[in-house]
Amino acid sequence: MGRYVIRRLLQMVPVFVGTTFLIFIMVYALGDPVAAMFGDRAPDPATAAAIRHAMYLDHSLPAQYVHYMGQIFTGDFGTAANGQPVTEVMGTAFPVTIRLTLVAFVFEAVIGIALGLLAGLRRGRLADSGVLALTLLVVSIPTFVTGYLLRYFVGVKWGLAHPTVAEGAPIGDLVMPGLVLAGVSLAYVARLTRTSVAENGRADYLRTAVAKGLPRRRVVTVHLLRNSLIPVVTFLGTDIGGLMAGAVVTERIFNIHGVGYQLYQGILRQNPPTVVGFVTILVLIFLVANLLVDLLYAVLDPRIRYA
Amino acid sequence: MRGAKSAKWVVGAAVVALAATACGSGESSDTKAGGSNDGIVRAWWGDPQNPLEPANTNEVQGGKVLDMIFMNLKEYDPRTGKANLEAADSITTTDQQNFTIKIKPNLKFSDGTPVTASSFVDAWNYGALVTNKQLNSYFFADIDGYDAVHPEKEGTAPTAKTLSGLKVVDDHTFTVKLNQKFSTWPDRLGYKAFAPLPKSFFTDHAGYLNKPVGDGPYKVVSYTKGSSMKLVPNPYYTGPSKPKNKGVLLKVYTDSSTAYADLQAGNLDVLDDIPAEDLSHAKTDLNGRYLNQPAGIIQTISFPLNQKAWNAPGMDKVRLGLSMAIDRKTITQKIFQGTRTPAGDLTSPVLGAAGGYSANLAGEATTYDPAKAKALIQQGGGIPGGHMTIGYNADSGSHKQWVDAVCNSINNVLGDNKACVGAPTGTFADFRNQITKGEMKQPFRSGWQMDYPLIDDFLTPLYATGGSSNDSKYSNPQFDALIKQANAEPDTAKAVQTYQQAEKLLFKDMPVIPLWYQNGEAGWSSRVSHVTENAFSYPVFTDITVNNG
Repeated sequence: MGRYVIRRLLQMVPVFVGTTFLIFIMVYALGDPVAAMFGDRAPDPATAAAIRHAMYLDHSLPAQYVHYMGQIFTGDFGTAANGQPVTEVMGTAFPVTIRLTLVAFVFEAVIGIALGLLAGLRRGRLADSGVLALTLLVVSIPTFVTGYLLRYFVGVKWGLAHPTVAEGAPIGDLVMPGLVLAGVSLAYVARLTRTSVAENGRADYLRTAVAKGLPRRRVVTVHLLRNSLIPVVTFLGTDIGGLMAGAVVTERIFNIHGVGYQLYQGILRQNPPTVVGFVTILVLIFLVANLLVDLLYAVLDPRIRYA
Repeated sequence: MRGAKSAKWVVGAAVVALAATACGSGESSDTKAGGSNDGIVRAWWGDPQNPLEPANTNEVQGGKVLDMIFMNLKEYDPRTGKANLEAADSITTTDQQNFTIKIKPNLKFSDGTPVTASSFVDAWNYGALVTNKQLNSYFFADIDGYDAVHPEKEGTAPTAKTLSGLKVVDDHTFTVKLNQKFSTWPDRLGYKAFAPLPKSFFTDHAGYLNKPVGDGPYKVVSYTKGSSMKLVPNPYYTGPSKPKNKGVLLKVYTDSSTAYADLQAGNLDVLDDIPAEDLSHAKTDLNGRYLNQPAGIIQTISFPLNQKAWNAPGMDKVRLGLSMAIDRKTITQKIFQGTRTPAGDLTSPVLGAAGGYSANLAGEATTYDPAKAKALIQQGGGIPGGHMTIGYNADSGSHKQWVDAVCNSINNVLGDNKACVGAPTGTFADFRNQITKGEMKQPFRSGWQMDYPLIDDFLTPLYATGGSSNDSKYSNPQFDALIKQANAEPDTAKAVQTYQQAEKLLFKDMPVIPLWYQNGEAGWSSRVSHVTENAFSYPVFTDITVNNG
């Protein structure tokens, strides 16, 4: 187990270096960040040169990358466009997005698995078709459409909730955006659970459990659900990264000043430290989430052992 | 099961960690506005792109704050755009080159420290020095000694730290020597790059940027970067625009359409960036609490005159013909819902007739006349290569729609649906980069937002030889001579006439096609009244009153 974790951690190093390098190149390929600062005016060459020098832009791209990575390991992620250190921006943005992701994740896991279980246990009946129709509907409508519609009707027209999230992102304001963000994944979770439950429902060990006279509750929760959750957990784990990335759209619609918003600002203002810094952290989250998923398999299925 | 057990621990720890971050940041609700009777105006804001220093702010969101917290030597009247003396008692000159500036006694910054002659002189010296990397330093280029503090060649170290043209005489007097005659120079002093700075700016720079201090109507009480800024009336302010409300809360929104939803739901009071998709119904949505008035912004299409194909003899006719082939009226109505006004010159209506604006200075050059346009283009030898593109940046603004409409208009006139197409560039930075390097081979969109409401600002930087924003690389010695003559003219009315003479040359040479003037819009909630906008399209915050507040 320990050795497995260490091996996985070591494997992360090349993945981390590779992804950050690619992002670094891509961000710099967007154009000259200094030209953008001057707006509609031609940059005055002396000032532009001084800014380039201060931003280490007067070196070759590989040299800039090495310099940047060196800085990162000392905890210096550079400064954002408005002069704030990127680490400070991260300090305000990440907690907000993590909270939004958690709210979405809870919706996705609880509602998704519940719907899937319901459909799987009553396959072929009305409940099953109902869940199928519902999930198809959710999957086929893009997030920004549901987002704008909910914001308009729930927030503006009927006044049931705040249309936008207040400063500091209180949990109460995050319910609607969380639901919107969870939507599509929720539908996938329901479909996955349903298939898996339906399949395992016919398994030998389940027939044995029923024959032993175990109460139905125990049969469903311990025997059926636990074994059916393996593919679902894989999906949920990898989806954490997906949710954080998907937050770019949701955060804009609901005025959430999180990672997605900062990334968007970084790209819009051509500020490489913001973009590369945030993406670097997202890459790390993705890698860790994947590792956790693999470790979770062992919890759900005792047959899986890591050495 | 050993493996399973330790895995449980890992998962458990992760859940605890996530829960901890989730609970960790539920505070900071104190800046949340909304109390209906606190008399505070809640206004839309965008995150400023640069640190809030006067000489380093060149975009509207930072400018909005500077406008509230600074009182300059001169300030522009919100209605007429005229430059009035405010912090200055008098600005005098006998030769249009040496100015003596006296500032009013007993002026104070919002931190209680006095505003003196050196508050201005130190600020200007800071703004001009190349090592301070200020984006607006070229504003000081007219002051004697600029070359020494800001050498033009990159990489050259400055030979002086202060401008030799600035001299402090006493606490309330200083003199300015310009490097050439410039009669309207004092009228530029309303631009926020010329704002005075308190001592704390130089002693505690980082602290200043976290909470800027000025001498204007408002004072910053708290600033959370990237999310909000709270301003209250400055107790030390003695100028003419005393705030009529108890303060302003500027709220940063991720998106203007999000802000519009908040305005409709009553969580926001003033929004000066109505999203394009809501323009058509904003007036009814807001029960008429909506304004749409000209702003100091003009949109144009520039020709790359450094390219032979577009600068060959006879091409001036083609350029004129293309201008006459554009149906400005229909495009501004259909695409912009009347938030643009067809241009009749190259300035802006905010200048007023006395300031040099004229609705029909361009004459027939901006009049839609398909038959004449076609004839002119044919006489001039047709579009180079029979095919042209109009370049634009695809990342912001909805440029694609109007560029396509303009091309469509040209194609209809020429009876050739392949004569003109739009040519998008991915990002604004890349687009600007190609323009400033002179790499554009085809016409491209260009726009100009004025720095100060003077006709000179619409002409010199854009069309004088080597001007800082001369995107079309236009050069005409006659034009340059007229500008120089106008700058030296002591009589303002005569100076404006000479500027207009120079402007007329542009409609003969057609380095750009004037398209339309952009309007400023604002919508507001029923909680506030007296919302107006000044020439810069900033809401006049000092005039806004909060109902029953």
